[in-house]
Amino acid sequence: MIHAKNLAAALFAGILFGLGLSVAQMIDPAKVVNFLDIFGTWDPSLAFVMGGGLLVNAIATPLIMKRGSPVLAEFFRVPAKNQVDRRIVIGGVLFGAGWGIAGYCPGPMITSLSFIDGNILTIFLAYVVGTLGAKFGIAKYEDFKHQKHLANEACVG
Amino acid sequence: MEIINFTPLSATLGGALIGLSAAFLLLVKGRVAGISGIFGGIVYPEKGDVSWRVVFIAGLIIGGFLYQWLGTGVGVDHIEAVTGTPWLIAAGLLVGVGTTIGTGCTSGHGICGLARRSPRSLVATITFMATAFVTVYIVRHLVTGA
Repeated sequence: MIHAKNLAAALFAGILFGLGLSVAQMIDPAKVVNFLDIFGTWDPSLAFVMGGGLLVNAIATPLIMKRGSPVLAEFFRVPAKNQVDRRIVIGGVLFGAGWGIAGYCPGPMITSLSFIDGNILTIFLAYVVGTLGAKFGIAKYEDFKHQKHLANEACVG
Repeated sequence: MEIINFTPLSATLGGALIGLSAAFLLLVKGRVAGISGIFGGIVYPEKGDVSWRVVFIAGLIIGGFLYQWLGTGVGVDHIEAVTGTPWLIAAGLLVGVGTTIGTGCTSGHGICGLARRSPRSLVATITFMATAFVTVYIVRHLVTGA
């Protein structure tokens, strides 16, 4: 029963999110690129999308976290890590470049699959490949670091 | 600079819906509404933590359908890519690799992370926004010379 409620909640949240992206017209890559084009034809609208989302969340998040636990789960699974590292910057640069080239970040890209369009399918498949490749790469790298750590310990021992 | 197609009302309303969705997911499931993170957990599955992700992602697409169905003739009724196929592929790869290495995208860092005042998300958001601005400047004003 809890499981069904959980899935219903996730479905509701997904639909609301997809509707929000659509109403905000963030699903239109031309609008996104115009937002990013301050020195050309600038469309400041998307600053209001972020502002609206941030405002609601900045008020709601602390109130929700005060509860101690979520309604349908045992605990909040919010990233504990707060420090800035190299990954954040390298990832941000790569993602920003991709976002600027085509005007698609992951949310609007997935929501736009509803248009059943060849171009969207193309960028979506590339996004899947990129995600999978990076996940494998990171797993391999962590494994390598772990092995090196073990080897070092063996030498010391 | 020339300001065009400015739609502050629909933008704020859409943003508020996104914010409500994120708040709801946190309240009910205790999870962060970061799209790249939720989707990444399907592509590279985490055991026992996949089904809600699939349903959420399906919800996104259903939301897109609903908008097109309800809002016929209003707002966005079709999508035109801003670049050709090779660049779409390059962009998709960059977005996938970048959000995976950087542990988040516009929603996870830009909306949820900033709302929690995470310094990590602040640096991530500044980095990808700045790079995106520079990228568009290069593509639109240096390469094509428009």
